[in-house]
Amino acid sequence: MSVTSYVKNIKDTVTSVFEGMSITFSHLVRRPMTIQYPDKIPVPIQETLPRRYRGILEVDMDICTGCLACERDCPITCITIGIEMDKETKQRNFTHFDIDICKCMYCGLCAEACPTGSIRHSQEFEGASYNPAGLVRHFVTQPAPLYKPKKGGETDPKLAEKVDNGLKYLDEFATPDGGAAAEEG
Amino acid sequence: MQPYIDQLIQDGYFTGMPKEIVYAVAMVLVAFIVLSVFVAPLAGVTSWLERRVWARMQSRVGPNRVGPQGILQWLADGIKNLLKEDLIPSAADATLFSLAPYVVFMGFLCAFVVIPFGSALIVADLNIGILYILAVTSLVVVGILMAGWSSNNKWSLLGGMRSAAQIVSYEIPAGLSILTIVFLAGTMSMQGIIKAQGWAPWDWFLFNNPFTFAAFFLYFTAALAEGNRTPFDIPEAESELVAGYVTEYSGMRFLFFFFAEWGNLYVIGAVATTLFLGGWQVPPVTSDPILLGVLQFVVFFLKAYLWVFIAMWVRATLPRVRVDQLMALCWKYMVPLSFLCLLGTICWMLAFPKGNQIFSVAMFVLGLLIVAYFFKRVVFQIRHARPELYFKPHI
Repeated sequence: MSVTSYVKNIKDTVTSVFEGMSITFSHLVRRPMTIQYPDKIPVPIQETLPRRYRGILEVDMDICTGCLACERDCPITCITIGIEMDKETKQRNFTHFDIDICKCMYCGLCAEACPTGSIRHSQEFEGASYNPAGLVRHFVTQPAPLYKPKKGGETDPKLAEKVDNGLKYLDEFATPDGGAAAEEG
Repeated sequence: MQPYIDQLIQDGYFTGMPKEIVYAVAMVLVAFIVLSVFVAPLAGVTSWLERRVWARMQSRVGPNRVGPQGILQWLADGIKNLLKEDLIPSAADATLFSLAPYVVFMGFLCAFVVIPFGSALIVADLNIGILYILAVTSLVVVGILMAGWSSNNKWSLLGGMRSAAQIVSYEIPAGLSILTIVFLAGTMSMQGIIKAQGWAPWDWFLFNNPFTFAAFFLYFTAALAEGNRTPFDIPEAESELVAGYVTEYSGMRFLFFFFAEWGNLYVIGAVATTLFLGGWQVPPVTSDPILLGVLQFVVFFLKAYLWVFIAMWVRATLPRVRVDQLMALCWKYMVPLSFLCLLGTICWMLAFPKGNQIFSVAMFVLGLLIVAYFFKRVVFQIRHARPELYFKPHI
């Protein structure tokens, strides 16, 4: 090892440490990249997810017709629907509508098959629970009547909004080709 | 400390008791107070601050949930470690295994005896103060070897052996750098070394001549290596040795090693401050002894903590060196350079027996220019990367 390379080594060490220290110091005044999920963020993560995101299934019971299309289409039968006839009023009621999100594989076939778009994927993904039973989502707490589509469009403004919402979801997000089919037609 | 106790004995507080017992009790009490009031919170807060500084330098956030800005994180960690099971491997040498953390801990805690926090605030102003520090901090290597050997684990043993080789090697450049100051000050007493300097930066030994300026950085590097700090933390290199000599430790014993490491960081800063940066010297602004004492303590603490911060900063910057690079750095570069500094200082003392005030001021200006150039580089790095700036220290 010659004297020149010896001195050069010392010089390189000092200058490179100096330069490296300046880089790390400049990072001290930069905003950290870390997002402090889940509580210290300006907007909940759920709101920043795209509409086509396949989160935990949700059902709008107000516009569910009880056609059982989703239950039939589900490849792993994670949806169980119970419907019974009320003998006095001759009205069919839901007894239960359960989705086991523990089994659900988020394939989206149920949302595709739904005629009113009442079953759909939400942006929700935080499904942690202390026991498996907590992972079953119950959408019917007490017997509720089925939704009957009216001829000539929905008259109740609240329900009309929900139906529009559901059909919009069905057209634009539930199908595999997304909004492409709707745009073409 | 002794004068106060002598005064108390003279005032008749401890009549009928042998002097030695009073001294012994006072010593234990002082050690207890220093440990619980100063050293433990200091090491704890240092551990928290290190994690925060380190995180910010890596564009992360760091612990910020326990207490305001996470400042109580060290308490949570301490309590957690206290409650953990204290395992001793069945194949380990149980006596040495359980003794080792305390030897390491003692090695660093004993250094606090001679650290001068103020002109009156020192436990004992030994006339061999700096030699005493070199001696007791070397005790750490005994503890680490004990831990490495008694764990009966190949990683621990390798870690212990590496640590021993490293500490013994780096003792030489550290000792030689300290020797340059001892020559300049003409004393080994910590208070004597501080009194040989002045409050003004150009009166510090750091700017006395170019050789002490270099010796300072040699000392700091060697002290980092002795404290097993990154980039010299090969004894506990995670990527190759799991955790080195602490692999088999758990609970409180594990904590003691890290307690010693973080506490040692402050000792490094305090010794560097005492030797090179004028210690507690303050401008003569007040004659009130209490106010002066507080001022001296604050000045000393800040100077020492600046070097703790720089040690954290180095840790966030430099990668770990290899074993052969470590030894090459010590024996090929630092030992010859520290000898050069020693000889240079001796020649300087022959040339300027009274010191050279003008040159010291010039050295100080040079130091300021280096700092200015450094910040120019920092500004360049920021402009170059065009990041989103965030000047708040907290998040």
